[in-house]
Amino acid sequence: MANLIIDNVSVSFPLYHGESRSLKKTMFAAASGRLGEDRKHRLVVEALRNVSFSLHTGDRLGFIGSNGAGKTTLLRTMAGIYEPVGGNITIDGAITALLDPGQGMNFDMTGRENIRLRGLFNGVNDAQIKQLQADVAAFAGLDQFLELPVRTYSSGMVVRLGFALATAIKPQILLMDEWILAGDASFLDKARHRLETMVRGAEILVLSSHSAEIILQWCNRVIWMDGGQIKADGTPEEVLAAYLPPEQFAQAMAAAGVSA
Amino acid sequence: MDLSHAARASRRPVSITAAHNWRDRAATAAADIAETWRLWPLVWTLSMLDIRLRYRGSLLGPFWLTLSTAVMVGSIGFLYARLFHQNVAGYLPFLSISLVLWNFINTITSEGSLCFTQSESMIRAMRMPLSLHAARVVVRNIVVLAHNIVVIVVVFAIFRTIPSLSSFSVLPACALWVIDAMAVSLILGIFGARFRDIPPIVASIVQIAFYLTPIMWNPVMLKHRGLSIVLVEWNPFYALLEIMRGPLLGNPLEPSAWAVALVYSAALVALAGFVFMHARSRIAYWV
Repeated sequence: MANLIIDNVSVSFPLYHGESRSLKKTMFAAASGRLGEDRKHRLVVEALRNVSFSLHTGDRLGFIGSNGAGKTTLLRTMAGIYEPVGGNITIDGAITALLDPGQGMNFDMTGRENIRLRGLFNGVNDAQIKQLQADVAAFAGLDQFLELPVRTYSSGMVVRLGFALATAIKPQILLMDEWILAGDASFLDKARHRLETMVRGAEILVLSSHSAEIILQWCNRVIWMDGGQIKADGTPEEVLAAYLPPEQFAQAMAAAGVSA
Repeated sequence: MDLSHAARASRRPVSITAAHNWRDRAATAAADIAETWRLWPLVWTLSMLDIRLRYRGSLLGPFWLTLSTAVMVGSIGFLYARLFHQNVAGYLPFLSISLVLWNFINTITSEGSLCFTQSESMIRAMRMPLSLHAARVVVRNIVVLAHNIVVIVVVFAIFRTIPSLSSFSVLPACALWVIDAMAVSLILGIFGARFRDIPPIVASIVQIAFYLTPIMWNPVMLKHRGLSIVLVEWNPFYALLEIMRGPLLGNPLEPSAWAVALVYSAALVALAGFVFMHARSRIAYWV
């Protein structure tokens, strides 16, 4: 059983301007007794405001919304990277977040070393790390490149390694941002196949995408984010019908092969 | 690949709550450090890879550090023994320990103040305990220090310096050093992530401390002068160096140095705890 409960979560980013970030300014402000005022008037961007929903085994959630609506921030918050300034998140289950192609890899280390580090992070033993390295090497098709520093890879190879690495250890909860769907065509087919088996295996999937077609194919629930708040929450058909212009919606429905 | 049963069983539900009181903050900070402890194999591997990375393709590898320390001790040792009218046989062992230990302090402060900013991509890619990045800097530098100990051993062998019986007190002193190094990395790392001016400021303060602390010069030279109270007796660097250096050079255990070292360390750990509890949840936003 996996659960992911987001309860009244708010996230805000402090805006540090060139000057307010410097020690000098803060020190002078403190010395002149203005620190309190500075803190109160500190500019923040409210990236998420009072977001609540809960996910259980079998849920396939899609996020839609314009750029800057808070989709990626919400994914990062759900992964536990950004801690909320208000509210509570409960993560029950092994979670993997596919948020950016680099996947926290150290670009000066070799591909093999990065795989080893990921294995250690997930608490697997040496034999399993070997298996993991073989698995990632086979999937990413990097073979001898695995002995070279990641810095020497092409950007497509970095995506392949990052993707293979993140999907090699099967999570119970999978969070994905849309970057995965960028890549060369042959890899994309392979990736899509792997993701599909993985999505079937993952107990909870959360996907952020601009593609209505993918959302319709993969999700059974959609949340529309707008200005850091939930604007709509329902089945993909309901929410997409409200979100998209009618002709685009019909097009997406036809492409996804779902009858309206 | 599926996670092993053990790995999966160890995953209890994680609850992340916006902390509003100090008890919550203390609990999450303690959980963070406990998680780093659990991930010890990762900390160790990261540290070793860091060192290997630094010397990838070089002939001597990390022993370049040993060599450069040896050259420094050898060249500076003979010059300063002359300048200070010291006996080389007494001065060189003193200088070798002092320089090796100071190297450690120097790298802990400079690398510690960058420990979070340099791990930015990891911090922003997945949830992991934040104290892990500080522990990585500490472990890495302990390994570097271990390479440099060779220099001390060789110098001691050449001059037949015999450590005193109280040398066993070096073991608790090492433990104190590790704890202090962790505290310093956490404090400086957090300030360095929030204020980007911190790393250069720290570097220049440490540089000044190097000349003011009895590292190149022996504290005996200042004895019976007023200056020695400030530069020696109340100097935290001196106390920390002396609890390691004194017994190894054959001097008796010095309770006053231990007292000063313990008081400063307690203050340091308390400050680290406070800063970490206060700022832990914001580090991901700062890097």
